[in-house]
Amino acid sequence: MDLTGEYRIAAPREVVWAALNDAEVLKACIPGCTELVKTSDTTMEAKVALKIGPVKAKFSGAVELQDIEAPQSYTIQGEGNGGVAGFAKGSADVLLTEDGEETILAFSSHAKVGGKLAQIGSRLINSTAKKLANKFFDSFHAQFNDEVPPD
Amino acid sequence: MSSGIGASVKRKEDKRFTTGKGKYTDDVRNDNQAYAAFVRSPHAHARVKGIDTSAAMAMDGVIDVLNGQQLTGDGIGNIICGWAITSKDGSPMNMGAWSALATEKVRYVGDAVAVVIAETQALARIAAEAVDVDYEELPVAASVLTSMKDGAPQIHENAPGNQIYDWELGDEAAADAGLASATHITSLDLTNNRLSPNPMEPRSAVAKYDDAEDHYTLYTTSQNPHVARLVLSAFYNVAPEHKLRVIAPDVGGGFGAKIYIYPEEITCLWASMKTNRSVKWTSDRSEAFITDAHGRDHVTSAKMGFDDAGKIVGFKVDTIANIGAYMSLFSSSVPTYLYAPLLSGQYNIQNIHCNVRTYYTNTVPVDAYRGAGRPEATYLVERMMETAAREMGMDPAELRRRNFIQEFPHQTPVLMQYDAGDFPKILEMAQETADVAGFPARRAEAEARGKLRGIGYSTFIEACGLAPSKAAGSLGAGVGLWESAEVRVNPVGSIEILTGSHSHGQGHETTFAQVVADRFGVPIENVQIVHGDTDKVQFGMGTYGSRSGPVGMSAVAKALDKVEAKVRKIAAHALEASEDDIVIEGGEVKVAGTDKSMAWHEVGLAAYIAHNLPEGMEPGLKESAFFDPVNFSFPSGAFICEVEVDPDTGTTEIVQFTSADDFGTIINPMIVEGQVHGGVTQGIGQALLEQVVYDEDGQLLNGSYMDYTMPRAADVPSFHVQHHETPSPNNPLGVKGCGEAGAIGSPPAVINAITDAIGTNDLAMPATPQAVWRAIQAGAKSVAAE
Repeated sequence: MDLTGEYRIAAPREVVWAALNDAEVLKACIPGCTELVKTSDTTMEAKVALKIGPVKAKFSGAVELQDIEAPQSYTIQGEGNGGVAGFAKGSADVLLTEDGEETILAFSSHAKVGGKLAQIGSRLINSTAKKLANKFFDSFHAQFNDEVPPD
Repeated sequence: MSSGIGASVKRKEDKRFTTGKGKYTDDVRNDNQAYAAFVRSPHAHARVKGIDTSAAMAMDGVIDVLNGQQLTGDGIGNIICGWAITSKDGSPMNMGAWSALATEKVRYVGDAVAVVIAETQALARIAAEAVDVDYEELPVAASVLTSMKDGAPQIHENAPGNQIYDWELGDEAAADAGLASATHITSLDLTNNRLSPNPMEPRSAVAKYDDAEDHYTLYTTSQNPHVARLVLSAFYNVAPEHKLRVIAPDVGGGFGAKIYIYPEEITCLWASMKTNRSVKWTSDRSEAFITDAHGRDHVTSAKMGFDDAGKIVGFKVDTIANIGAYMSLFSSSVPTYLYAPLLSGQYNIQNIHCNVRTYYTNTVPVDAYRGAGRPEATYLVERMMETAAREMGMDPAELRRRNFIQEFPHQTPVLMQYDAGDFPKILEMAQETADVAGFPARRAEAEARGKLRGIGYSTFIEACGLAPSKAAGSLGAGVGLWESAEVRVNPVGSIEILTGSHSHGQGHETTFAQVVADRFGVPIENVQIVHGDTDKVQFGMGTYGSRSGPVGMSAVAKALDKVEAKVRKIAAHALEASEDDIVIEGGEVKVAGTDKSMAWHEVGLAAYIAHNLPEGMEPGLKESAFFDPVNFSFPSGAFICEVEVDPDTGTTEIVQFTSADDFGTIINPMIVEGQVHGGVTQGIGQALLEQVVYDEDGQLLNGSYMDYTMPRAADVPSFHVQHHETPSPNNPLGVKGCGEAGAIGSPPAVINAITDAIGTNDLAMPATPQAVWRAIQAGAKSVAAE
């Protein structure tokens, strides 16, 4: 499953880049994230609770930042194990482009699910992923203009 | 009303089934009951690097967590395939090791790596979630076309290139020569879609180990409890046969999926010994999709040649079959001896050659599913006939008629000797009932409404009544395929029939009783059928391949012969008459031409009181028999399907479905009609709706009823079912078997009808609205291009 998107954020690129590397910001923005702990400059341990269709699962897994070219782009890669629900893994290439005082964030992501998630949730994966991505970027966007993110 | 052979007697067993009083495996609750939950792989192919059970073991109510190393360490044997197929180069098939709990590698999503035994089912499942398995993912071959490629991931070490065997049947040179002489050759590439069996009752097992007696009891959802005991004992080393009792109580449907001995039954038995608890496991529907053996999954390329007169002169078939990740109990025989010998269909074909290659893939094991090999053969032959007729501009019924076998017995070039049939007659019956003559008018009327109406045939044959033991053995079967029966006439005259056949919906308690009622004129209420318990019934090979009628009932008939002979002797002695003058009818034993008679129960009583028996006769009235068939039986049928397709949406409606079947002697027409309805519905499911879908990573994408489309009442029309009886000469009752015919014959009739409607032949199963719509668009494009 592949997903791409673009968001305009009302903040300079350096500020956006800093936020993208801030575990607290990421934790606040990742839907269902209950824990995100930095284990090094580029790795984190995460716990995320998700519901995909009829499958509800708590994922625990590792997140890694790769191909970092500050303050312009990185690849964020994650892999989570949801017990009997199966597993999810994916990565997103994130690219920040300056546009005056604002920043354009473009991403292209690829995700895979397995086990029960695939067996009974695959039909809903695309729409769920889209929803989750939107939620993440809406929350991320809200970090910069104090807006309450829409539900 | 008579309750003998040919009477539509209502089913004796339905009172308990329709009032919720059936007793199924999951209804069994032993003292000290514990529950099993399996830890299953979410990966299609991975190395198991470690299993951390500490968190699960620490949970309250968890009794034990067991793994594959412990299981193999205790000497539990690998699961085997019971039919040895030899490749054409003489080499044996490459069977990979299959441990009930995976040890080093998992090979499909759902492969079990550990089992949690806990005080409740919910606890077992929660604890299973806490078992942490460390997997190292490996590359995946999720389809046979991937797995057969050079450099494909190696699934089993001893199957190079993932190939299990490369097998052939028939004379290739003769088939080539036949094709070379043809004036027309039709070529087809077909896929027989992969199906999930979906019996209504999911699989279940309750194992109980008695440490004082060192004895095991297994309740299980099996179509063949004796075979389960034999295999569990002889190959899996769970316990010697006399220390293992297997009971298959009421079983809610099987369709083949409950023939095999699965990892779960083995594990429950072993775990009950390890924990000294009774261990129960019941599959839920999600688990069933990833553990019950799937069916079909063939890719075939074939050529059929015809002469000027439309006679078939050669038929050449190349099939690639998917066996899944492991070889299930009968998996090897399904794409070989249950498939290629049926490629002659109802037709007189002198030259047939079939090559079959099978491969492992990282998917659920594939084995027999209603029809098993014969639907695949029928789909190929009947799609071929219809396609050839269209290409040659002939009426498809006429092309079939020109090639029908007219004389019996008939020896095909692919092993089979057909017993009896009247193919032109059943085709004519079906054509009349379906009003084929009125089809052009119906098509024109549909066209006026904007609908595309089409008609499709399937005139098919199947081989039932598995099987002559000696012949089966010579082809690689690991067991004999006879059946046994015991007839006990009680002192009060009531009769118990013990049979090795197993009813899981077929209505044996009624039909077997009808056979007895017919013989002695006793009410069927006085006849009880006992089956499904290895402690009660001496032995049996179970129910699959439509064998209960031709083989199981034949064993009953043989035992009845022996009872009848003894009854004659007892009555002749008591009535002072000649045995030859004894007539048994209407519940009485009479001397012909006199008013002397004994009531049936008086004979029973006389046998057990033994005050006045012929000199030297043993008391009692109980006889047993084994029946080993001399040949398969060959039910045949003519199906005609009529559809209407909406060209805008691609939606197909089956507006009429007609079947004319020859099942030989029919014991109970109502039950037979029910079997045809169920079979045709499953066939329509395969043709229009059903398909197991794996992605390239071996993830099953439609493992629920939200995604896997089962046929429902609204998807099928009211069927027109009729019969023509040409009794099989090869068994005492002349029955041929009816359990699979509907599923075998219907898919090509449906696809032939749709392709007739839309005017393009390129359409694969399942013919979903999207697939049909695309075929219509592609057809329009290719016409425009010309």
